[in-house]
Amino acid sequence: MNDIIQQFWQAFLWSDGYHFTGVAITLWLLVVSIGFGFVMSVPLAIARVSRNKFVSWPVWVYTYVFRGTPLYVQLLLFYSGLYSLDVVRNHELLNVFFRDGMNCTLLSFALNTGAYTTEIFAGAIKATPHGEIEAARAYGMSRFTLYRCVILPSALRRALPAYSNEVILMLHATTVAFTATVPDILKVARDANSATYDSFNAFGLAALLYLCITFVLVALFRRAERRLLVHLRPIQA
Amino acid sequence: MFLDGYGQQILAGTRLTIELSVLSLLVAFVIGLVGAGGKISRNYLIKALATLYTTLIRGVPDLVLLLLIFYSLQIGLNHVTDALHMDQIDLDPMTSGVLTLGFIYGAYFTETFRGAFLSVPKGQIEAGTAYGLSHWQIFWRIQFPQMMRYALPGIANNWQVMLKATALVSIIGLVDVVQVSIDAGKSSYRVFFFTLVAAGVYLMLTTVSQFILNGLEKHYSMGVREAEL
Repeated sequence: MNDIIQQFWQAFLWSDGYHFTGVAITLWLLVVSIGFGFVMSVPLAIARVSRNKFVSWPVWVYTYVFRGTPLYVQLLLFYSGLYSLDVVRNHELLNVFFRDGMNCTLLSFALNTGAYTTEIFAGAIKATPHGEIEAARAYGMSRFTLYRCVILPSALRRALPAYSNEVILMLHATTVAFTATVPDILKVARDANSATYDSFNAFGLAALLYLCITFVLVALFRRAERRLLVHLRPIQA
Repeated sequence: MFLDGYGQQILAGTRLTIELSVLSLLVAFVIGLVGAGGKISRNYLIKALATLYTTLIRGVPDLVLLLLIFYSLQIGLNHVTDALHMDQIDLDPMTSGVLTLGFIYGAYFTETFRGAFLSVPKGQIEAGTAYGLSHWQIFWRIQFPQMMRYALPGIANNWQVMLKATALVSIIGLVDVVQVSIDAGKSSYRVFFFTLVAAGVYLMLTTVSQFILNGLEKHYSMGVREAEL
């Protein structure tokens, strides 16, 4: 245990001396994919609940396919699959983009979490009380104002518990990144394992780090929920 | 030819994926029932143990646990057999894969079953006691069928997550549908196509299970009327 900590503590946390590794990379993967996923999923969720079939159907197909297949397979598809195509390799820009394991990882993670988040937000939008929308219409709000001022603020808040779940699942899903040569916590643990053959401690240390990050995330989301969902809390006698 | 001659292997890989998921489901189901019993137990120690199990397992990524348990299980078993002066027992990847996945998802099933058991009205159990049923009869004839109704949406969710998690076993050396398609893609230089095949197989499996689960949900909600709005 001590050997591994002495040799690898820096690599586990932020750097192996040359590149960022470990916790730093895991958090970077998480923040970037969650960020892109969020930005994508708000308009997609609005499209998903649209009554126009031509708008809602493509979004349904997207979420269905990305939620119906494992993230690991999606990563393989973007990392080794796309780069094996001549079309991609002969195109200058695509070649540069898909040659880098980090880019492929972020792309597949963002698309994956985007699909789950879209469904979460769409569910919350659909559950908006009918009276709120009627009231907004009675005030003569346009569709855009209706979404901006009434539906989205309330729906995104109500989605928070499910959304926090998705963020934590995404943290757990970032572990497949090492298959695309991204040096996250698990990659360092595997290096430590092959250097010392002390599997239990090498992977145990990684498990401990993930556990800590999970607990921090859970605590943060609990605080956010307490603040943002005040209006939905049951009245205490 | 069917999938460039890799059809048979893809089928075999798919069969392994299904076997692995179903066997892990059975293990996770049993662990979940026992764990839920522990979590609603009045014994403080048992309750603490069950809580520790679900918190630790659900807080750590499944892939990390998979590698941790997979590599340590054999070493741990060797220590035990050495201490008992027995011959070494070799765990094959399939057995350790099933045990590991079952152990991990058992934690998720524990939470599902715990919530479901608590949703069964207490009067039902009291009525059973009043009729003079034994503990086991109350569990099997009254609690279990009603609990399943509440647990099914959670079970369905866990199953879909677990089915997709089986893709990770190729990393610990099992030749599942993902591994087969990686190999087929490499040797035929059609990586993209064969990865798509693997994705298609998973999409098919999740779709079929969704249909089955919908049917089960209908079966277990017999006698419940949905609110008509």
